[in-house]
Amino acid sequence: MANQETILIVENLGVKFDNNEVLKGLNFFVQKGDVLAIVGPNGAGKSVLFRALLGLIPYSGKIQWTPGLKISYAPQKFNIDKDLPLSVEEFLKFKQKKREEIINALKAVGITDEHHIEHHILKQRLGWLSGGQLQRILIAWSILDNPDVLLFDEPTAGIDVGGEETIYNLLKKLKDKRGFTILLISHDLNIVYKYANNVICINKEMICYGEPNSVLDPASLAKLYGGEAGFYKHEHEHDH
Amino acid sequence: MAEKLVSINTNMNTITNPLFLQLIVGILIGIGAGYLGSFMILKRMSLVGDVISHVALPGIAIALIFKINPFLGAFAALFLAILGIWFLEIKTELPSETLVGIFFALSLALGILITPEPELLEALFGDITKIGLTDVFITITMIAIIFFTMFRIYRGLTLSVVSKQLAQSMGINVSKISFLFLLLVAIIVSLGLKVTGIFLMGALVIVPAAAAKNVSISLANFTKLAALFGGISALGGILFASYLNLHPGPIVVLTSGIIFLITLLFKK
Repeated sequence: MANQETILIVENLGVKFDNNEVLKGLNFFVQKGDVLAIVGPNGAGKSVLFRALLGLIPYSGKIQWTPGLKISYAPQKFNIDKDLPLSVEEFLKFKQKKREEIINALKAVGITDEHHIEHHILKQRLGWLSGGQLQRILIAWSILDNPDVLLFDEPTAGIDVGGEETIYNLLKKLKDKRGFTILLISHDLNIVYKYANNVICINKEMICYGEPNSVLDPASLAKLYGGEAGFYKHEHEHDH
Repeated sequence: MAEKLVSINTNMNTITNPLFLQLIVGILIGIGAGYLGSFMILKRMSLVGDVISHVALPGIAIALIFKINPFLGAFAALFLAILGIWFLEIKTELPSETLVGIFFALSLALGILITPEPELLEALFGDITKIGLTDVFITITMIAIIFFTMFRIYRGLTLSVVSKQLAQSMGINVSKISFLFLLLVAIIVSLGLKVTGIFLMGALVIVPAAAAKNVSISLANFTKLAALFGGISALGGILFASYLNLHPGPIVVLTSGIIFLITLLFKK
């Protein structure tokens, strides 16, 4: 199955916290340019999977990245309160990049007006940005060091559906232009159908794996979410 | 006060002028406390300074009994306290307020019992008028250590506030940085006991930083202003106290309170 374009191989991956199995028996691989979505209910171990892939927590089994890949990560948990005194410029500068590179990254995420960048974005407090702007800044942050792989842990949590679609369009556009690979965690199956070419469903163990249209069938969704799946789709029918 | 200053100056060298020494030590501690306080506010541990300062009392008492420098006694006790807090922080990731609260109240009670009575008042409320050249030397060295260390860790510290996972994914050792930071907090609290005493040290760490937060958009402004407000509080407080012949500690804290009220008018 795996050819020379494969950049990540995961075999029999398991994670335990204090003898609790949080993940077990995960097998999948990722090829260059893939958009792999990870779906599952709350507490299914999706964020844990990312942390294992980043080597931040101990695990059993095999995680094999192609050596030398640059991996960028946007976590789910950000404590950016309205009153956090941290400007956008300071936040982006933590990546220790030149100002020019920062401005280029901002342009890449659709903030193109240099006057606006200089006077309204960079000097702005991070916590005062609208949800959509903040996501753009986080994406800019993620692409600042030209990564080969982006790991996004629900980068759209807390954003209204309209804004959410734009962010994914943006991600897709960036991916097509720069050719990176995306692994993303999402609650929204519509996003998964639209943007991912592969999906893994997990609930501590692997429930399904493959192309969204073929593996996200009613049986595996019911197994994955239980009663939640029906509600979930219903909710989105109203939204559109 | 001018007359007083002139008469002292004519009698002795400025370097050993007690008010001059007090101002040097007080301002440096104010600057350090304000600066570290800004990061304590970022880390949402505003009350930690208040709480751990209580642990210093048994340390001071033991130092007095064995006739060693009270700063060392206070620091040793605070070091043990921050080890405890750090351990709870990395082990549980939960606020262990109740446990910490109980432990610190008990050490205050123990400290009050074993501190020799003549020194008790000074330990509780501070007395910067009783400092010598050794204190000046210790203060300058410790403040230099604080700023040098902060220069090395502030990036990781701030990132870990924004997102612990993000910081870790960038190869930042979050628990090590957290420990170093707590160590610096222990140093500044031990130093500050001279200025404000145990009961008010928490205020010197938090009030100038809270004032700075009111008027800052960026981290750079926030931390610099916090240091500046801390320094001004010490300067103003010590001068007023000397002029009015009052206890300096409370006046320093009240000065920082006035700065806080003023910044409220310009709140961003």
